[in-house]
Formats: sequence, structure tokens, C-alpha cells
Amino acid sequence: MDRFTVTVDPLNASAIAAAVSSPRCGAVATFIGLVRDHNAGRRVEWLDYEAYPALAVKTFERIGSEAAERWPSVALAIHHRMGRIAIGEASVVIAAASPHRADAFAACRYAIERVKQIAPVWKHEHFEGGDVWIEGATADPDDEAAKQAAFERACS
Amino acid sequence: MFVTVRLFARLRELAGASELRRELPDGAVARTAWESLVRDHAALAEYEPVISCAVNEEYARLTTPLKQGDEVAFLPPVSGG
Repeated sequence: MDRFTVTVDPLNASAIAAAVSSPRCGAVATFIGLVRDHNAGRRVEWLDYEAYPALAVKTFERIGSEAAERWPSVALAIHHRMGRIAIGEASVVIAAASPHRADAFAACRYAIERVKQIAPVWKHEHFEGGDVWIEGATADPDDEAAKQAAFERACS
Repeated sequence: MFVTVRLFARLRELAGASELRRELPDGAVARTAWESLVRDHAALAEYEPVISCAVNEEYARLTTPLKQGDEVAFLPPVSGG
């Protein structure tokens, strides 16, 4: 299984966690991002995710390299789903495996913070009565302040 | 030179296309391609302060030089996760 990927298929968190685990690992932390039924006071009906797939995969690999610099013992995977996703289904799965739990938790948190900052992926929210593109951060992988903020969240 | 421009999400909707071919002058940089788009699709202009760009599937700057056949992408603020 590829460690860094975008796919239109449903995500299988157990399989992704298994892909990064190995005999030297005593911990695997997983983060599963789910489609929520409400946002900003709106009743969400579903989300349609768009991505720039080639750049998204490279960006995930970059996040993997950043995490490896800070937590060398961690094996990381990032899988993001695209297309229409129903309430309660997973849009993203991150798995971080390491010999000890602290590094696994920290790297997993760091990875989702960086995904939100720099992955070329967009949510098109379909809510009761309309639709809207969600726009968060201007993606800039070289922004050191953003990287630092992600690191601080990971280690707080 | 000719380049391929790719647009995503709201930018794609505003321009009415996900992929466009543009002819640009020699010496063009990514910003030249963006300005060429804004001339045809004025609604894109409001995004200028917040866009990111990529050249040949790597993040780049609006000052990044372009060459014949390049793929330049403009990205609205991201919202993955």
C-alpha cells in the first residue's frame, strides 16, 4: 500500500495503520477525519472534495519528510479521499507508528495540522439550502511560522 | 510560449474551466499567466492576495519563470482534512 495517496475509494483506517506498523513499533496513532453534519450554523448534507492529486501526493510526501526530521523513528501514512463523501464517512486518515507512543501521537497531530495548512485539497460543502467552497489557509509550504505553529500544536 | 493553466475549486468555477491553454510573452512568470486570466475573467481578481501557485506540480512563486509547455496551477486557499 502507498503511504501517501489520494483516492476516490472509501478509506480503511485499519489497513493504513497496518501498513506503517512493524515489529519495532510499540505504538501506532491514527487520526480519522470525518464529514460532520454541521458547520458554521449550517446543516451539512455532504461534502465534495476536490484535489490536485499529483501535487497533493507530493505535499503528503513533504509532510512525511518534515515529520521524519523531527521524529526519525516514526513511519507515517496520509491517505485523503476525494469526491462526494457522506456524513460520518472518513475524508482523511493519518497513521503514525513508532517504538513509543509519544512520538506517534505527536507526528500524527503534526501531519494533520500540516495537511490543513498546505495540502491542495478543497471542501465543497453542500448544506440545506445551498453550497459553498470552504477556503482556509493560503498554502505556502515554506512558511516557517506555519510549520512552527503545527509543531507547537503537535507537542502541546 | 504556450503554457497550460490549471484551476481548482472556486477558481475553476469562476473561470468556467479546469484547464486552459495560454500564449504568453517570452520572459513570462507565473504572475503573467495569472494576469492574463484575470483579463478574461475579472471575477478572479479578488483572489490575487490569497492564491498559491504551482509550476509543473511543485509549489512555486508568482515570480517563478515559465517556459514553453509548462503547467502552471493557481490554487485558492486550501481546506483539506
